[in-house]
Amino acid sequence: MLITQLKDKEKLTSLLKGKVFIINCHGCKEVYFPEEDAKAFESELEKAGKVTGVITTDYICNLENLKARLEVHKKEIEAADAVLVFSCGVGVQTVAEYLENKRVYAACDTLHLPGSQGVTPLEFECGHCGECYLNMTGGICPIVACSKGLVNGQCGGAKNGKCEVCPDMECGWERITKRLQKLGKMENYKNPTQLRDYSTFLETKECKES
Amino acid sequence: MKITDEFKNGKFVVTAEVGPPKGIHLEETVEEAKKYLSGLTAVNITDCQSSVMRLGSLATCKVLKDAGLNPIYQLTCRDRNRIALQSDLLSAAMFGIDNVLALTGDYTTLGDNPQAKPVFDLDSVSLLHTMGVLEGGHDLAGNELVGEAPSFCKGAVVSPCSDSVDAQLAKMERKVAAGAQFFQTQAVFDSEKYIKFYEEAKKFGVPIQLGIIIPKNAGMVKFLNANIAGISVPQAMIDELAADKEKAKAGITGVEICARIIKECRPYCQGVHIMSMGWESKIPGLLEQAGIK
Repeated sequence: MLITQLKDKEKLTSLLKGKVFIINCHGCKEVYFPEEDAKAFESELEKAGKVTGVITTDYICNLENLKARLEVHKKEIEAADAVLVFSCGVGVQTVAEYLENKRVYAACDTLHLPGSQGVTPLEFECGHCGECYLNMTGGICPIVACSKGLVNGQCGGAKNGKCEVCPDMECGWERITKRLQKLGKMENYKNPTQLRDYSTFLETKECKES
Repeated sequence: MKITDEFKNGKFVVTAEVGPPKGIHLEETVEEAKKYLSGLTAVNITDCQSSVMRLGSLATCKVLKDAGLNPIYQLTCRDRNRIALQSDLLSAAMFGIDNVLALTGDYTTLGDNPQAKPVFDLDSVSLLHTMGVLEGGHDLAGNELVGEAPSFCKGAVVSPCSDSVDAQLAKMERKVAAGAQFFQTQAVFDSEKYIKFYEEAKKFGVPIQLGIIIPKNAGMVKFLNANIAGISVPQAMIDELAADKEKAKAGITGVEICARIIKECRPYCQGVHIMSMGWESKIPGLLEQAGIK
């Protein structure tokens, strides 16, 4: 089970410089979605005239489903400078990979709740870390794409673009660097030093108890 | 003594490396270090290098400092969380060990205790940041330190001949922003690649020490080429080592190669860092041939 919660609104607003296309992923029984918070934020964006289109669907983590859903919104997506996704980390990564030339941003942080995870197709993994890094990393999760879960860039262990831990695996930070170069977002490397906050796991515990 | 003072004085800074033994006796290590390394600016002490469990870096630093050498405390994020790392940094400062090289660390499964839990709570960048926070009189959580704050000379590493050089340069910039005051590089065998890297890296305005490994034979460099990240040995160099096995075995070829690399790269670096891997005795001769002393 997962819980998603809206990211800090000011931080999100600072990312969204131009027009935005919004994807809401509802209906997945494994994810709690902050529907009211999301609606309130989206209507703020709409009032500011920033929104080119909105789609509310389910299982965007299913690539074929996502492609079909987005097909009819091609023009609205093209007109947008960025795509803002309200979903768990898996959904955001699926969209970022599919729209690889578009800036794709996560509107939510994803936290883990113990329980089954059955029907979600997991082509991408979400580390449920509670502080989604996808907005800094071009939609590739450093927690799961890097064996060491590093959040400040590549270690010295990559050889021929492969990871020192699993030589069959591409270095996550090599992928992130290439994606940021493609998106013209290498300035993301200039973000302040990141320190992971492991105490977010306590919030999960509180949610469970409440 | 902080090695940054030497860079400021315009000195070409030479450092080497000591790997603590897998045991509790340091006498031999200290003797070797005093004999061959005491003329150098400083000596790195590795922190369970390649994830192989050994005597601690901090304890070895203290013993070598007492023996008159200037240690650089290598500290990795592989085995300790932020509580232990901050605590060890305070311990180092208390001993007067002020040169610290911040590393993320090799992964646990590469070493001789592959069952160990990998920590990586912090990484090289956030460890540099941590040193700056401690210098400001606080810990990472914002709690005040008691009394005098520590002061560090903060070092980091970079891999100039990596096939991911863009990612390496981007990370290097993050390290500088997090407080890195000097860099030591992964071993360089390809001067041309290094110089190309330096043309980009010089804009950060932080001194860089060229990393050197003295090659012992053709088999060794082939192994490095195949297995060690960021190392690329040109074929001509492998052939040079293979041409005369006795000459290579005596260390003559390896020293010639390294002296050549140092001479070629000298206008593009502010020092050298020699990872001698048991060949500490070759260092004085290498420096002489490279025209450093």
